[in-house]
Amino acid sequence: MAVTRTLRYQREADPEWTEWLRRQPGCEAFWECLQCGTCSGACPLSIYMDFTPRRVIALVREGFYRDALSCQTIWLCASCYACAVHCPRGIRITDLMYTLKREAIRRKVHPKGLPTPVLAQEFYRMVQRRGRNSEFWLVLRMALKSDPWALVRLARSGWRLLRAGRLSMRTEQIRQADQLRTMFAAAREGR
Amino acid sequence: MALRRYLYYPGCSLRGTGVAYDESLRECFRQLGLELVELEDWNCCGATSYMAIDEGAACVLSARVLALAQQQAPGVDLVAPCSACYLVLRKTEDYISRYPEIRSRVEASLRKAGLPVQIGVQVRHPLEVLWEDVGPEAIRKRVQRHWRGGRVACYYGCQAVRPYGEVDRPIRPTRLDELMEAVNVPVVDYSLRTRCCGGSLTGTIHEVGLRLNYILLKEAVRRGAEAIVTMCPLCQFNLDVFQNEMERQTGEPFDLPVLYFTQVLGWCLGAELEKLGLRHLIAGRDLVERWFVKERPVEAYV
Repeated sequence: MAVTRTLRYQREADPEWTEWLRRQPGCEAFWECLQCGTCSGACPLSIYMDFTPRRVIALVREGFYRDALSCQTIWLCASCYACAVHCPRGIRITDLMYTLKREAIRRKVHPKGLPTPVLAQEFYRMVQRRGRNSEFWLVLRMALKSDPWALVRLARSGWRLLRAGRLSMRTEQIRQADQLRTMFAAAREGR
Repeated sequence: MALRRYLYYPGCSLRGTGVAYDESLRECFRQLGLELVELEDWNCCGATSYMAIDEGAACVLSARVLALAQQQAPGVDLVAPCSACYLVLRKTEDYISRYPEIRSRVEASLRKAGLPVQIGVQVRHPLEVLWEDVGPEAIRKRVQRHWRGGRVACYYGCQAVRPYGEVDRPIRPTRLDELMEAVNVPVVDYSLRTRCCGGSLTGTIHEVGLRLNYILLKEAVRRGAEAIVTMCPLCQFNLDVFQNEMERQTGEPFDLPVLYFTQVLGWCLGAELEKLGLRHLIAGRDLVERWFVKERPVEAYV
């Protein structure tokens, strides 16, 4: 029987990445963490996560960024902020999760096959172009790009919504979409 | 009552699946003499998706909404009924004041667009407005109809009461319950009142999202509630739309109306039925019919 080591080697850690992360908005306080696990207890999704929020904090502050960026945890986080309001050390864990999501997408290491990052990206593109989100088209695009079989299930709820007068196929768009695009560009340049 | 004016930022959901919230909110405010003026050319708040992709762009979206409010009606409060919009706008205000780097990006974008850079807009949730600007006592005095429905579970959801908001306490809030009691609607002690519904998870990791909502519904029933009262379009959607599917999967029958607090309040205040968006509800149609729609006099049946 093959025996495998379950812990990472210290040489795989990158303390500089931890330093970078600590400077990101909302991430300043993670060295305050007591590892008490209140966040994981408050989180309604921790039972589905590969690493609980407490373990994610332990990973990131030791610099094990590969695990922290490629885990499912950050894409299960629904941003309900239960962890943040319960944390006895005032760590804004939800904002830390957001930073990890952005970094995972930037490095393209997010888990493939999970529709959550696909939804975020499609949402981003749609609003980037039109300034508003059209629910019907967003869900359709997400399903086509991640799991077309989901359309069977979606059709059922779609039908119920349609009958209740809640399904709009109109494409929502703001009048000054160009103004918004100018703003995005200006924000990227910084000043 | 003096007419008070508010800017109104419906957000994308209230133009689609949350249309009942939009209709009933407008009617409820009208009943109380509160005027809502829709913000012109508002854009999406970015919800939870934008922060996951691009922090700068996420802040620009909210900043544009805030700057439009500043431009169109300075000094007037902005009402954001969707919990996601509400949280995102307030979080952006917090980020702008806390992080100079974000502030300079946002200000650069506003200057480029010719929008006001100095923003002092108060973002408020309708529950906050009703509680603080009208008050439960004043609302009690304006009750026109006697509630003939059953007991309800008040569900606050997560984002409206979380760190950036001032709607109520983040843990075990009570204002929605007290507002319901003010209009004689009996409430149950609902322990899961701020437990997250999963938001968009029902659309992405469906089984997980479904399970979260199953727990919420089951606990409401166990506590003796016959309906759930919500204050967020995503919560209402998740709890309302998938009851059939849960029933198929678990064999447990679910048929609970999932109402907006503005529908219940509006009805009690004497609003016209057609203006409360009741036709948009999916689950618990029979109860909705019995509770809200005017019963015919007994003679009609003889």
